[in-house]
Amino acid sequence: MPVMTYREALRTAMAEEMERDETVVQLGEDIGVYGGTHLVTDGLLDRFGPKRVIDTPIAEGGFTGAAIGMAMMGLKPVVEMMTWNFSFLAADQIIQNAAKLRYFSGGQVSVPLVIRGPNGGGVQLSAQHTHSLEGFYGHFPGLKVVSPVTPADAKGMMLSAIRDPDPVIFLEAGALYGTKGEVPAGDAKVPFGTARVAREGSDITLIAYGRQVNLLLRVAEKLAKEEQVQAEVIDLRSIRPFDEATILASVRKTNRAVVVQEQWRWYSVASEVAAIIQEQAFDDLDAPVERVSGEEVPAPYARNLEVAAFPSEQQIVDAVHRALYRGA
Amino acid sequence: MPTESMPTETAQRAPDRAIQGAFHAGAVGAIPRGAQDDPGHGPRDHLDLGAGTITATVAPPSVGDGGLPHETLREMYAAVALARAIDERTWQLNRAGRAPFAVSGQGHEGAQVGAAFALDRSRDILLPYYRDLALCLVFGLSARDVMMSVLAKAADPASGARQMPAHYGSARLRIVTSSSPVATQVPQATGTAYAAKLRGTGQVSLTSFGEGGASKGDVHEACNFAGVHKLPVVFFCENNRYAISVPQNRQMAIDHVADRAAGYGFPGVVVDGTDVLAVYQAVKAAADRARRGDGPTLVEAKVYRFTPHTSDDDDRSYRDPDEVRAWRARDPLVLFEARLREVGALDDAGLAEIRAWVAAEVEAATDAAEQAPLPDPATFDRHVYAER
Repeated sequence: MPVMTYREALRTAMAEEMERDETVVQLGEDIGVYGGTHLVTDGLLDRFGPKRVIDTPIAEGGFTGAAIGMAMMGLKPVVEMMTWNFSFLAADQIIQNAAKLRYFSGGQVSVPLVIRGPNGGGVQLSAQHTHSLEGFYGHFPGLKVVSPVTPADAKGMMLSAIRDPDPVIFLEAGALYGTKGEVPAGDAKVPFGTARVAREGSDITLIAYGRQVNLLLRVAEKLAKEEQVQAEVIDLRSIRPFDEATILASVRKTNRAVVVQEQWRWYSVASEVAAIIQEQAFDDLDAPVERVSGEEVPAPYARNLEVAAFPSEQQIVDAVHRALYRGA
Repeated sequence: MPTESMPTETAQRAPDRAIQGAFHAGAVGAIPRGAQDDPGHGPRDHLDLGAGTITATVAPPSVGDGGLPHETLREMYAAVALARAIDERTWQLNRAGRAPFAVSGQGHEGAQVGAAFALDRSRDILLPYYRDLALCLVFGLSARDVMMSVLAKAADPASGARQMPAHYGSARLRIVTSSSPVATQVPQATGTAYAAKLRGTGQVSLTSFGEGGASKGDVHEACNFAGVHKLPVVFFCENNRYAISVPQNRQMAIDHVADRAAGYGFPGVVVDGTDVLAVYQAVKAAADRARRGDGPTLVEAKVYRFTPHTSDDDDRSYRDPDEVRAWRARDPLVLFEARLREVGALDDAGLAEIRAWVAAEVEAATDAAEQAPLPDPATFDRHVYAER
């Protein structure tokens, strides 16, 4: 199986779809000549030309609105947000228009639109470039929200996103663009609404999405090695639609769960996951569901402060100990 | 959170509370009353070319029958009259407690009908706003369709009564529904125009908005993008001088929205929106230009809103009823009737025929909508996502 980086996996999926389907177009700031500020769209301009790879003016609301108009006309626009923070400038177009047009047209109008870009922190860009918006966008009916962590899922979910008839919020792990992994060649779509068991285990269920999944895998190895605790790690990867079955099956096996996220705790994905588990697997739980979240501060710039603002291995180990009723 | 001592001296000295008015240059004090110039609200001449420099073109008034067949002129008049009658009926239904909401385009109908007839109704795309009843009627929406929406019935063709009335939409008629926050349809029109250009369909997109909506960044971002790509789009501003209560001189420091077109690299045209045929000619030139591949035009039609903003508004709090009465003298319905009589396109018998047709349409539409079923509650969660 070919090995490629996360950004190459995204680019491969987009290029394959542009090759296969001439209605797929790209819009965004600096995505053409420059290849994207994160080099995700590098080379697409040369391959597909300026009519389909559009360097836009700096106007998130304007180009997202344009993309919605294109989508209503049957094109399949893929919009790059230089960072998800900048999507707030386009929030009215995304939330009030893209998400509601099907409903407000009684099903006459589809908006097959993908909005993609780096989500989350870890690369010292501070709070106006660092946001984890899965809870925010996951709140709105009419949107689909995904957050892959492996290069294989980055490609497979991008293929699904571009072919989806509804607007998709594609949250890329911004800190992981350079990480490598095996990626199946060809049409290896990963459907939305299915979580991935990233590591099997029997003692406790650790749940995350995006780059926190990698942190959980490290913690799980450490727990296995040092404490003989076998943790099962679940990568949600699809925030909306949401795969309840995989989580519930795991918790019914392990009877304990820790949910980890980089975003803030209040009104977050982890809160929703914890609620689903207690509603549907209350009798299977041997301990309260633990949450480990980002600190309640805007993401700071200095490396040491940024590290302190996001979940750490130690915080997760502590949460696991609490769920297992083990002293620190 | 791991504990760590604050790394710098500055941080250690940071005050616990922010300084109120930290950036105020002088002493913090009350803002003096009357310190700002009040541009005032006074009534204005109908085309009102203002005192400043105009960079937009001023479209000439129409002459005679404008070269249109008299049959077409009668169709145009009937559209103005039908829009007015539906609009009035909507208010009656609202005041009778049968329609929850009314929003009006009275005073705009002539400009809208002129614009709609200037387009190719077999293929062009409309991205209207909530005052565009007449525009949408010309594109094929029926009185019955409108009444279904006004009374929130299942047969509302725009949304099955999910969206408020006056958010006109029909995939079949190529009318794109707008959102309630104003002017969001304007960037979308650059997308429909881009798609038409990319695929070489020859379609022109026309999007409309008020002078209030023109203050939004959406309009700037859209015009800029359309200018860059020379898109086949007509930006149609229906300037009725008030954004709810805020008069134009509180909305912008210039006399003409169309003057802004110069900043985007395409023409702006100011036209008397009470002159149906002048608007027809201005929009026809803009649509022809767009179809030739020469890019966008911003057409600003000067109109007046005869009614309050919506059924939830009382306009007596912000404008003098005498001002409204004065503008009624320039009612496009009245002016257009006079013009058609003058050129021999309409006589008493022809007018009576149109009036009878309009009355029958509105009655039949109201009756049908009153008898039509409400949406089935079992369907309320359909169409949030694609159905497979």
